[in-house]
Amino acid sequence: MATDRFSLVFSALADPTRRAILTRLAEGEATVAQLAEPFAISQPAISRHLKVLETAGLISRTQRATARLSHLEAQPLREVTTWLARYQRFWDESHERLDDLLAALQADSDEGGNHA
Amino acid sequence: MPETTITAEPGVPLITITREFEAPRELVLRAHVDPALLVQWLGPRELTMTVDRYEARDGGTYRYVHRDAQGDEYGFHGVFHGDPTPDGLVQTFEFEGAPGHVSLNLLTFTQHGSRTELRTVASFTSVADRDAMIGSDMSRGVRDGNDRLAELLARLQAG
Repeated sequence: MATDRFSLVFSALADPTRRAILTRLAEGEATVAQLAEPFAISQPAISRHLKVLETAGLISRTQRATARLSHLEAQPLREVTTWLARYQRFWDESHERLDDLLAALQADSDEGGNHA
Repeated sequence: MPETTITAEPGVPLITITREFEAPRELVLRAHVDPALLVQWLGPRELTMTVDRYEARDGGTYRYVHRDAQGDEYGFHGVFHGDPTPDGLVQTFEFEGAPGHVSLNLLTFTQHGSRTELRTVASFTSVADRDAMIGSDMSRGVRDGNDRLAELLARLQAG
């Protein structure tokens, strides 16, 4: 996935309302009215958020009868997660090892202190 | 269980990494400036780290290499700016697999009681550089995936 696509996904995810919309869509497809319900904002505002999510490829939208349904698209989220995961793992594991080392160094100096 | 938090916000060429340790800040700093200690923790366990040089003082240079089980090498080098103290360790950082894409790293060690918060801010010259750094391991991920595919194919053909 190209960097500019990453930027679109990250910008889309940077907003708490849009994250809440994605969480809701993880349970299943929904109409704009259903998505607007938990928020104190208008349906046009929700529609603008949906447009951002759609541009980032995080959702797709289909017309059914009179309602427009939004669906979660999991693939971009999966790619973003993979993107950071190895970097995160590098530091997670380094810091776990540093934890162990610091504990060992302090145990050594405590022992030295007891004998002094 | 303390957690390592990595923040990479859109539109800003920074990576921020924070973590708390149960140790005084002088000791956490020592683990960053003493190469004999550094090799004991920097990087995943499956990589072997060797230090070519590590002069943790104003104007000192460093270079180290991580080697994986296949013998592939990942070299890193840079320069220290100012003598490292718990208030700040400043160094440039360059992955030799992407020459010219240098970041400036500032590490601070803040003590809260018996604990120390380590905060690293890596600053890149562009968002694209920053994103490439975080994603640079992806090529390895892809290769790992290809290795597994090759093993699978070998097993299928043997069977």
